[in-house]
Parts: sequence; structure tokens; C-alpha cells
Amino acid sequence: MKKFVNNVDHMLVESLTGFATAHGDLVEVQFDPTFVSRKQKSHNKVAIISGGGAGHEPLHAGYVGKGMLDAACPGQVFTSPTPDQMLAAAEAVHADKGVLFIVKNYAGDVMNFEMATEMLPFEHATVLTSDDCAVVNSTYTTGRRGVAGTVIIEKCVGSLAETGADLASCKALGDKINLHTSSIGAALTSCTVPAAGRPTFDISDSEIEMGVGIHGEPGRRREAMRTADAIVDDMVNAIVHDFEAKQLPTQGEILLLVNGLGATPLMELYLIYNTAAKLLTEKGFSIARSLVGNYITAIDMAGASLTVCLLDNEIKQHWDSPVHTAGLRWGC
Amino acid sequence: MHSSVINRYAAAIRDAILAHEADIECLDREIGDGDHYINMKRGCEAIASLADELNTLSAADALNKIGMKLLSTIGGASGPLFASFFMSMSKPLKTSDTMTTLQIALAFEAGVQAIMQRGKAQAGEKTMLDVLIPVAAAFKQLAEQGQSGKDIAAALKTIASDGLESTRNMLATKGRASGLGERAIGHLDAGAKSCQVMIDTICDLVLSKQ
Repeated sequence: MKKFVNNVDHMLVESLTGFATAHGDLVEVQFDPTFVSRKQKSHNKVAIISGGGAGHEPLHAGYVGKGMLDAACPGQVFTSPTPDQMLAAAEAVHADKGVLFIVKNYAGDVMNFEMATEMLPFEHATVLTSDDCAVVNSTYTTGRRGVAGTVIIEKCVGSLAETGADLASCKALGDKINLHTSSIGAALTSCTVPAAGRPTFDISDSEIEMGVGIHGEPGRRREAMRTADAIVDDMVNAIVHDFEAKQLPTQGEILLLVNGLGATPLMELYLIYNTAAKLLTEKGFSIARSLVGNYITAIDMAGASLTVCLLDNEIKQHWDSPVHTAGLRWGC
Repeated sequence: MHSSVINRYAAAIRDAILAHEADIECLDREIGDGDHYINMKRGCEAIASLADELNTLSAADALNKIGMKLLSTIGGASGPLFASFFMSMSKPLKTSDTMTTLQIALAFEAGVQAIMQRGKAQAGEKTMLDVLIPVAAAFKQLAEQGQSGKDIAAALKTIASDGLESTRNMLATKGRASGLGERAIGHLDAGAKSCQVMIDTICDLVLSKQ
């Protein structure tokens, strides 16, 4: 392992301190329990709080700020944060209209947030994100994973909350976007968890992992490496099949997000976007909004995910509204 | 059971987990995401840091304290699950000053039930419960029969290791490996391995008691 590190046990604190200093106009960080919150506390709005393991930067702390999250709770690398962090964050940012937690659907995240809500003295609700179509849903399993669609949900729900909307409306918008969003990832290499010191999985130069998760957990299939067009074609088809299975429209306006998993350069991400946009347009979709870059990463994994969100006027309006965070900024 | 015994068990468990780093990490790399060993180690170290305070508490309060500490230290799935185990194990022990083997078995069973409830999981889902459920059932049954601590410990070692082995050919329907479908078959579950190591360690301590 070759990384910029002093002591693996101090990485999280050193990185968060750097983050909070670099974006000192937007956020502040507290430790023990650890959470990141807006520099200027908001009033008279639903408090939007997310959290999850570190290693996915800029998610979630990078989305704390006006128009998005009120607070984020970072856990250890790829490990859910703990209930005391969520309670401390809620205590710090709640503004008398309730607390909405946005939680990616993983067993650990769900359990820790659940234990926090059992102890929370405020009105609260939870949006569980589960946009990864690589995992087949079943009543008997943990179910689909929350991946890049989470960024779209945090952006739009954050925007709605700024208007003073109530807790139920914010949850309803989050649930609606989650239903109308589908993602799939492909990995070219593994990632290396710093404390583990070596790659999470072995993969040769001639292979890809299709359907990979954002923690380096294997996907559904190990496949032979092919051209970008062939790989993207499979990814687009997986997403379209998912919309069909959910009996959602397979035409109309969409938001297309091409997300890098950490070690894939923008040049390749735009190349992927080029193919995906062409294929989706041929299928009858109209690409109304786009986002390309590293928005939810898996440390240093080479790979990318495609996310398609079916748009309506409400989602479009909240996607376009001003946002000022370290990770996303427009309109202000 | 005095809280000094809990400290002794905790220290032995920490040594055993550290000694099994390679096995546990290897299993988690195969079908998980590589953080399980790190989380177990963090939990063991958090309990070690409480040793002096635990010595001043009753066994029941010490177990509850351990649960609270793990809840705020481990994170991931292991944090709430082990926290629920210790906090629930503490409850039935609160009423008794001296405890029989059967009372400890019943407290252990309450802890395992709390894990099932928190994780919404049953036996057969390729998790730590495939070790814990059969161990809890046998512990209670053997204690009810009035068997000695050493006989029970010897039996539970085998049951824990059989439980671990049973995860090899299971599909994972809970936890990180649940996205893998058939690819998880042929691999042992890392959480089941940690539990087997911990149970084996405590049984060895009971067996070596003069």
C-alpha cells in the first residue's frame, strides 16, 4: 500500500480537520462524537442529516451546506457511524421541524440509525436509499444497496427543506426519487482500505467486476475486460431493465450521473458519459440534466457507476435550485 | 460471576482475535468488504480500556457498560449487534447476586435473541447467528441437565465450530455478502468466525480452570 498517511488510526481525524479548515466558510467539525455541520445553523426547516462510512468522499460531509445537508456523520472507513454521532448531530442542527435521516441501505447503517432514532427526542423520519440495480431485491435479504442516487436525493430533499416544507413532504420526495433512480457500477481494480493495507479483492488486468458496490464488495459477475462501449451498453441495459421491472417509464426526461469510484480520470468518465448519453437517447430518453465526476467514491478504486434518475418538474426544480457545499455548488 | 472474570475473558478474547487476524480478514476479503477484523479489534481495545472501571461494577452492570461502549465505538453492523447482545445479557442478571450456570446460559440466550431482533435475522442466513443460536440452545439444555461447567465448555467448543462450518455452503441473505448470490457459497462467514473464536477462547478458559 502506498498512500499519503501518517498513522492509519489518525487518518480520519486529520482528513476531517483538513476538510473543515479548507471549507471553513461553509462547515465546522466536532469530534467525539464526530459530525460535520453547517457553519451557519438554519432555522425553521426540517434538519437533513446523513452519514455513512468514510472512504466515499465527497459524500456525505462534502454535501453539508446551504441547499443540501444540515449535518453529516462520518464513520470509520467503510464502517457505519454510531448512534451517539447521529444523536449529537441531531441535537446540534434540529430546528423544530423534525429531523430527516438519509441512510444508504446497508445492514450496519440501518441498525445504527435505527438505534439512534429509538433514542431521539424529536419528530423524525428516514429515507432509505437503495438505487443499486446490481443487487436483486428480495424480502429475505438486506436488499438493494444505496449508491450514487443518494447524491441526487440529498440535493433535491435538501432543496425542498430550504423552502420550509414539512417532514412528511421531505420524506415523500426522497422516497419518490429513490424509486425513480437506478444505478450500476463496474470496477477495473479493487480499493485498499488503509487499515487493512492491501486490496480488498484480487482482479487481473483482463477482468472487470460488474455490479461492484462502493465498498469493494464483489458484484454479481466477474467478466472479461471489453471496450468501454460494450461495458457501458451492459450497464445501460441493466438500468433500463430495472425501470421495466419496476413498471416505470423507459422514456422521457432524465438526469444522467456518471460517477467515478476514485481512481478513474475524468477523461474516461466523459468517454463513458458520451456512450451512455448516445445509448439512452437512442432508447427514447431525453437527457435533461447531467453530472460527471467523483461524487461518491470507493477510496482508490478504478471504476465508474452510471445513475439514471427519471425526472418530473418537482425533481428538476429541486435539482436546479441553488446549492453551496464543498462537493456541489451552483446557482449562488 | 464477578466482573474480574469478565475482564479476564475480555483480555483473552482480545488476544485470540488479534491472533486470528489473518483468518478473519481473509474471509471478509472474500465475500465482505474488509473491515470486520479492524472493527473487532477496535471493540476489543475499547473493552480493555474499561478494565479498571469494570472491576468496580457488578457483573450485570459491567456487561451493560461493555454494550454501551461498543455501541459508540465499533459502528458498522457489528456495533449494534454486539451492543444489543451485552445490554440484553445484562438484564436477566440484574436480579441475582450469585449466579448459577443456568442463569448465565439464560442471559446468553437473551443476548442472542437481541441480536436476532436487531439484525432481523434467523439461523441459516450465513451470519454470526449460525454459531450463536446452536451454542445458546445447547448451553441452556446442558445447564438444565445440571452438567458441569467443564463438560458444557467441551461440548460448546464443538458446537461453535460445527456452526461456523455450516455457513460454508449457505447463501448469504443478510449483511454485506447478501448481494453476492451464489458467489458466497463455499466461503465461511467472517462474523461467524469471530464468534467461534470468542466462544472457543472462553470455553478453553473454563476447561483450564483448576
